[in-house]
Amino acid sequence: MAADRDEELTRALAVDLVRGFEAMVYAYQHRLYAFALSMSGEPMDAEEIAQDTFMRAHVALARYPGQRIVALKLSAWLHQIALNVFRNRARKRKLRVVPLDPDAPVADSAAGPERQALSRAALRELANLVSGLPEHQRAAVVLRCVQGMTYAEVADLLGQPEGTIKASVHRGLQTLKRRAGWLSEVS
Amino acid sequence: MELLETDLRDLGHVRAPEGFAERVLAAVGIAPWVNDSYAEVATSLGVVHVAWNTAGISAVRRAGGAREFERWFASRLGRPVRREAVPPERLARQVVGAIAGHDRRLRFDMSALRVFEQDVLRKTAEIPRGEVRSYAWVAREIGRPRAVRAVGTALANNPIPFLIPCHRVVRSDGALGQYSGGGPEVKRAILRHEGLDPGWLEILAGNGARFVGSRTTRVFCLPTCAHARRIKASNRVYLRSEHEAQGAGFRPCTRCRPIAG
Repeated sequence: MAADRDEELTRALAVDLVRGFEAMVYAYQHRLYAFALSMSGEPMDAEEIAQDTFMRAHVALARYPGQRIVALKLSAWLHQIALNVFRNRARKRKLRVVPLDPDAPVADSAAGPERQALSRAALRELANLVSGLPEHQRAAVVLRCVQGMTYAEVADLLGQPEGTIKASVHRGLQTLKRRAGWLSEVS
Repeated sequence: MELLETDLRDLGHVRAPEGFAERVLAAVGIAPWVNDSYAEVATSLGVVHVAWNTAGISAVRRAGGAREFERWFASRLGRPVRREAVPPERLARQVVGAIAGHDRRLRFDMSALRVFEQDVLRKTAEIPRGEVRSYAWVAREIGRPRAVRAVGTALANNPIPFLIPCHRVVRSDGALGQYSGGGPEVKRAILRHEGLDPGWLEILAGNGARFVGSRTTRVFCLPTCAHARRIKASNRVYLRSEHEAQGAGFRPCTRCRPIAG
């Protein structure tokens, strides 16, 4: 998400929490949902994680003084909260399996690249595959490859050196490639 | 590996379920603030949906289903829109008049768009009826001469087509290019409706004629500039490049500023 958009949002939040928060939810709903879906592999969990993230953000923003809100790196901050929500849940409970309409398209062509987006079923399978990665690799792969952050941003967010992140992403992609190949052979 | 990475990026474009934002806002006790309304307006180009708020017109779209419009509006502008049975009379008159070609000053709300998009659309709104400019011309005029493709993207995503005349921006090679309001055929039809002959543009471009100059005034213009169309056939010179024009002692028209495209 563009940095100038984030700046506008944080300024709006500092001026008027209600309207600013509304704008932030519309701006970030898909992005945080995509993050939660890639991390958890389950649509129901993804929605709950994304919703919890926004609710925690709301509580925090209501407490922060304006200056602190304006200084927030919004994207990193929200992803950080989402990651914490995800980790807390993963610790507490097992994942549920939820059936899903396999035909409804899920990616928005206006937001995505020009080529045909993956079907909902294929995306679901991919999210499942990603969610099977060890957690440190998963967070790195999702933030870098799904959410499109730079290595520096990922390193900052996860509190690890850039080199470590690069290695995690590399190993994660290797694993995914191996498992994706195995999956398509079976089916 | 590349394919996998493209698929992962697709995963990043997954959309939250329908109504998700509204559920989140309800959960924290925020009632949706609906600022924009929309209604159908019958114009000379057919029935369109027009959305407006206190700042001005925020969106226009060829009328399809109401639900389709509401979804498109929310995804393009990031906020909800409320349906009205009839548009305010003055607004309807202005929209009909503007599309029919009467000079009407319309106010637009582009606040949800990026600054670059706003620049592109404001510049496009200056292009007179019956004339066209190139994507490169718009890029140059807004001080971003290298952002030609980005201009194309901004115009393809124009939330206020017909009224902000993105159909008047065409490719430098005379081809019409894409049109957000319903494909190249619609673009051709609207330009014709405005009194322009798109076939003529293609013939000019096919012959490499980019500018039209006047032997008497020594001024050169873009072919559709109102000044160019006033040049008598006997005084008319077709020029292939800025270099050729200036070499032959022509200076650029200050109205259409041809060397921007």
